[in-house]
Amino acid sequence: MYKIVRRKNLNPTVTQMEIEAPLVAKKAKAGQFIILRADGDGERIPLTVAGANAKEGTVKIIFQIVGATTEKLNAKNAGEFISDFVGPLGKPTHIDGLKKVCVIGGGVGCAIAMPVAQALHAQGTEVTSIVGFRNKDLLILEDEFKACSSKLEVMTDDGSYGRHGNVTMPLKEMLEAGEKFDEIIAIGPLVMMKFVTLTAKPYGVPVTVSMNPIMIDGTGMCGGCRLTLNRDGKKITEFACVDGPDFNGYEVDFDEAMSRGRAYFDFERKAHEKACNLLKKGGNE
Amino acid sequence: MVEPKKNIMPVQPPEARAKNFNEVALGYSEEVAVAEAARCLNCKNQPCVSGCPVNIRIPEFIQKIKTRDFEGAYGVLSETSSLPAVCGRVCPQETQCESKCTLGIKFEPVGIGRLERFAADWHNSHSQKAPAAKQCNGHKVAVVGSGPSGLTCAGDLAKKGYKVIVFEALHTAGGVLVYGIPEFRLPKTIVAKEVDTLKQLGVDFQTNVVIGKTLTVDELFEDGFEAVFIGSGAGLPNFMGIAGEALKGVYSANEFLTRSNLMNAYKDNSDTPIMKNCRFAVVGGGNVAMDAARTALRLGAQKVYIVYRRSMAELPARKEEVEHAEEEGIEFKILCNPVEILGDLNSGFVTGVKCIKMELGEPDAKGRRRPVPVEGSEFVLDVDCVIMAIGTSPNPLIKDTTNGLEVNARGGIIVNESGLTSRKGVFAGGDAVTGAATVISAMGAGKTAAKAIDEYILNK
Repeated sequence: MYKIVRRKNLNPTVTQMEIEAPLVAKKAKAGQFIILRADGDGERIPLTVAGANAKEGTVKIIFQIVGATTEKLNAKNAGEFISDFVGPLGKPTHIDGLKKVCVIGGGVGCAIAMPVAQALHAQGTEVTSIVGFRNKDLLILEDEFKACSSKLEVMTDDGSYGRHGNVTMPLKEMLEAGEKFDEIIAIGPLVMMKFVTLTAKPYGVPVTVSMNPIMIDGTGMCGGCRLTLNRDGKKITEFACVDGPDFNGYEVDFDEAMSRGRAYFDFERKAHEKACNLLKKGGNE
Repeated sequence: MVEPKKNIMPVQPPEARAKNFNEVALGYSEEVAVAEAARCLNCKNQPCVSGCPVNIRIPEFIQKIKTRDFEGAYGVLSETSSLPAVCGRVCPQETQCESKCTLGIKFEPVGIGRLERFAADWHNSHSQKAPAAKQCNGHKVAVVGSGPSGLTCAGDLAKKGYKVIVFEALHTAGGVLVYGIPEFRLPKTIVAKEVDTLKQLGVDFQTNVVIGKTLTVDELFEDGFEAVFIGSGAGLPNFMGIAGEALKGVYSANEFLTRSNLMNAYKDNSDTPIMKNCRFAVVGGGNVAMDAARTALRLGAQKVYIVYRRSMAELPARKEEVEHAEEEGIEFKILCNPVEILGDLNSGFVTGVKCIKMELGEPDAKGRRRPVPVEGSEFVLDVDCVIMAIGTSPNPLIKDTTNGLEVNARGGIIVNESGLTSRKGVFAGGDAVTGAATVISAMGAGKTAAKAIDEYILNK
């Protein structure tokens, strides 16, 4: 059992928790992920590490309430326990030697982009951050990004905060204006990462994206997280859990990944409704 | 006068069992077990023992059953096997002990596996006696992986007084016994019972620890472990490399079985999604293919095909499993091989699998006749789910993070005859060494390594 040391609601649908897991805290690096089960008969869900405190032995996770498992997880308070927490899995984000980087986060993906931006900043890299949200209410981690970026652009889809528009707008402007990034690191919805890659392509800037497909074990065993990559004119298959989760954006078949991500859409929708109803019932009693 | 045939193993009728996950084979009663034990000739040269990878003293335990000393029979078994209730169910006895049985020359061999299962089950349901933990000898050994090789190695070392900690990457101990082999062939309560027995012997289990990620082998030595046994299995699923394998509805057998077994999708109201109520093609002819096909059927499949490129005679699965699958209504599409998985462009789901007919040519290196495609014989099998059960490879996580650990071309860890790897104090066994093989051979390797680890630490 793993104790929830602290929890905080970042916005109505996004929650931050710090979990006591000393072995994971000691090892976790930006870009890696963990797998957890909220309770004994729950699903295993992968979540990227949003920070780790080796001294205290805690790992920070930030998740959006999207399905039955995250609903159950969100119902737990500080001091309560989750049944399983394993990691750190996957490879850390490659940041060595980068001088100037554009970090792009979309929605809850900002939770993963933030520790990458922090790690870059800590090694002296010049960080430009672009973060995007649907609206002002969903904005998270603005102060954290400010603290580690020399430049920050906040975008909202409806213009209720920051600039009106999506993250590719300022990216295109910067690239047009001749900004030279060593790399663009984009973390967010698949469709956002796809369009960041397309936007950067004419300028030849390397793009790294963080994939978060459906997986079970996280150690290479199930193969459910497989992705098709187009490398040197050949289609190859890699596993996000052990070969990633970071991939070269120009190689990823995003359309296929988006389709695979919806494999259990109907099941998940029903399970989510069931969990909501259960929790609602619990709340009324 | 010896009965020429084995006493029949009672089973659930096929039409009933195809719809539930309860165990298929129900086990011998005491009377039938005693009668079967009486068929044993108790021959002097004991050929059966040499056919057993862990050399269980087979005639001895059978004689105990014959005299109704069932607990005594279990005692004999448990001296050499740490998982008798498991082996009695999943060992391929027909190619091991029973294939050497003297009775088998003229008649059917003694049902050794059935008797082993009987003795273990009798013990589990009658004996409350917990095995006493041995006084600790002050030496610490780490076991990586809680599958059959790890459990065996841990058990043997604990019995010698070692402090053993087993590290398991998943949330439940048991390895392939809990994520792979389905409930109807090996109930989870039996595996849990075997794990509990080891805990009573003083073995510690740490789940949710991935060696190679959470901790490395080097860190285990820094933490005071004097030896490490790697029994991490062959976890990486193989795919065919044909078009359409990324479509929704294509699973590795590992994923399909893990969803059903470990993640409980076979239970009603499970949180784990899995495809069911559809038409399945399972590609492959081994025990894993049979397990996947029969699991699909029990989940409510409309139709299940096994697609295998050779003929029935070459199926690598146990004969009993193939017979059970056929009885349950699984259709064998033999001598055919998938060439492409077809899907709906809009939905991204599988709509069928295009196969080509095969014929058998010259024998290959292993002596099995090589399948050769028959040109122009392509046809489409109308299915919406395809499960690839064409083998697995050893997981590279440990190799990649352990300096000086040598592996072969297929990724298997290289060991000597006592299980020692190229790294001092590091031993390995089971599928991590051999690639996918049997539960009992993994147990044998765990046993060999436990003996070598004991000698290594005592001579340090």
